[in-house]
Amino acid sequence: MSTQSGTWRARLVVILPYAWLLAFFLVPFLIVLKISLSQTALAQPPYEPLFDLGAGWQGLKDFIAGLSFENYQRLVTDSLYLDSYLRSLTVAALSTLMLLLAGFPIAYALTRMPRRIQPMLVIMVILPFWTSFLIRVYAWINILQRDGLLNQTLLALGIADEPVAWLASDTAIYIGMVYSYLPFMVLPIYATLEKLDESLLEAAADLGCPPWKAFWLVTIPLALPGVAAGVLLCFIPIVGEFVIPDLLGGSDQLMIGQVMWTEFFSNLDWPAASAVAVVLLCLLIVPIVIYQQMQLRTLEGSR
Amino acid sequence: MRTAEANSGRRPKAGGSGGASGSGRLLVRFEAVTKRFSGSAAVERLSLDIHEGEFFALLGPSGCGKTTLLRMLAGFETPDEGRILLDGKDISGVPPYRRPVNMMFQSYALFPHLNVEHNIAFGLKQESLPKAEIAARVKEALALVRLEGLQHRKPHQLSGGQRQRVALARCLVKRPRVLLLDEPLAALDRRLREDTRFELVDLQAKLGLTFIIVTHDQEEAMSLADRIGVMDHGRLVQVATPPEIYEQPNSRWVAQFVGDVNMIEGKVVSAGADGALIDSAVGRLRVKQAGDAKAGDMVAIALRPEKLRISCEQPASEENRIAGQVWDIGYLGDMSVYQVKTDAGVTIKASTANMTRLIERPITWDDRVWLSFDADAGVVLTR
Repeated sequence: MSTQSGTWRARLVVILPYAWLLAFFLVPFLIVLKISLSQTALAQPPYEPLFDLGAGWQGLKDFIAGLSFENYQRLVTDSLYLDSYLRSLTVAALSTLMLLLAGFPIAYALTRMPRRIQPMLVIMVILPFWTSFLIRVYAWINILQRDGLLNQTLLALGIADEPVAWLASDTAIYIGMVYSYLPFMVLPIYATLEKLDESLLEAAADLGCPPWKAFWLVTIPLALPGVAAGVLLCFIPIVGEFVIPDLLGGSDQLMIGQVMWTEFFSNLDWPAASAVAVVLLCLLIVPIVIYQQMQLRTLEGSR
Repeated sequence: MRTAEANSGRRPKAGGSGGASGSGRLLVRFEAVTKRFSGSAAVERLSLDIHEGEFFALLGPSGCGKTTLLRMLAGFETPDEGRILLDGKDISGVPPYRRPVNMMFQSYALFPHLNVEHNIAFGLKQESLPKAEIAARVKEALALVRLEGLQHRKPHQLSGGQRQRVALARCLVKRPRVLLLDEPLAALDRRLREDTRFELVDLQAKLGLTFIIVTHDQEEAMSLADRIGVMDHGRLVQVATPPEIYEQPNSRWVAQFVGDVNMIEGKVVSAGADGALIDSAVGRLRVKQAGDAKAGDMVAIALRPEKLRISCEQPASEENRIAGQVWDIGYLGDMSVYQVKTDAGVTIKASTANMTRLIERPITWDDRVWLSFDADAGVVLTR
């Protein structure tokens, strides 16, 4: 009897999170998917067809007949969307690369610090999260604007003769991206490097390997799981990033998040916005699955 | 099977015929080496010579500085004072990756991202040897530690014993002048540890390499080494062959650290070539091995439990005869250890091999017994 109730309790522990995911991830996704197959309408909500439970079987048939892939066709034919997807992927890839180049040395330096001050330094990496993300991006507008802190410094140091137009440029976007996502790159890499057994480096030295070479042959390969986690944790959200390009970037080229926002709020074209979202999700599922697989493998490896 | 095979190839150990101590060329010399960690000395003015082809064991409790000594030889720690000579050359300034010395780590420190083959080849690749030679030497090393067929496994797919062999092969393949082993068997379970012990001795004899092993396990040191250096608090207390360490410890500390021992405190009444007469709580005792003890010295007689006879009948000879009562019996299968409370109130341990199947013991709890020992069974310790 007691084992029976025990397994029920164990099942409940598993069922609850899945029920949560079902209710707040899968169901909303299905709604978005459904809207993406609808057409815009001047109505409340602004699309049709609507599923009418009262109309019964015939209602369901009419509803299904009313759905179409028109929005997806538009995504393929209108170069605006394609360009935005490409641009998002490019910006994400470049930002991630910069993040890696900045994040790895920071994470590595953290692990080389005396053990007792490491926790404090890690907290300093996370500290920006104490402030709202939006406010921090607004602060960058302040720094990057014509008479902002950056230009003032450059002029005072004589590096620039006249104020540089930082804002509304790709540079500003990359600055914003690297600034905002740095902790997501640093922390996973730090976590793997921190676990690195010091005796492995000693063993490498013992076997005739100078320190710089041991870094390449031992430290880097063993840091790869952390690097991969950091890369994906940055790449995935950056592809869909809206706030940073919208506040810091120019309006000539849009990232896909901005296109989605425009469709939804400016054009009130919910079906098109939904289609954009569904395609984006499909694009991102690939790296997410890769990430999951990797996590699984490291789990097995450590056993 | 494995043990028998290893046994047959075992050479005579030191103390028997032709120990390696002093026979080989001087290879490693520690000269008044001192190492301090945040003020306190881990190794203090320690001098030691190790000869070529020797199997040397550094034995001591944890924290005695034995691992620090080993790490200084490997190059991971730098001595604060003194010199370390290898082949007559001071190696103080030589970084670990340029020393012809290899170390087998206690944790094995196998590279988790490389398979067995690549782990073993790692050191050879650093020497930029031709690929064919690397492959040949790796194959040879795999055969040496009997890991053929496992070369494509990753370390986490191996058992503890197999990992230990990979670590050993990874060092041996480098053909080091000295192989350092830091508690090489500590992570193995008992049966495997005993088998591996014989294999290590066998390997060392076969390859003619110089091994320095660090261990806290005296049984391990005794069965492996040609010579043992017993360490305590950063100093060498005694350096001698295993039989000497066991039978002629030079201090109370060594006698108590290595093996089981009864310490009988007393005062020397007379000392001469024939040994010493000592007045102790259990009566007047005669011990031949008196060292430099003089009449009037306060000394301890170290008596190994297996060197004491225990009987119910009173021994004929009056010499070294102690009466008591059996307080406790420890039955260990192969032998029994009797705790005897002497009439003077001192507890003395005596052990006997169980040569017959003792269903009914001739001696049992609370029996009146006699303990006796030969004059050359014990040793007088002044320190």
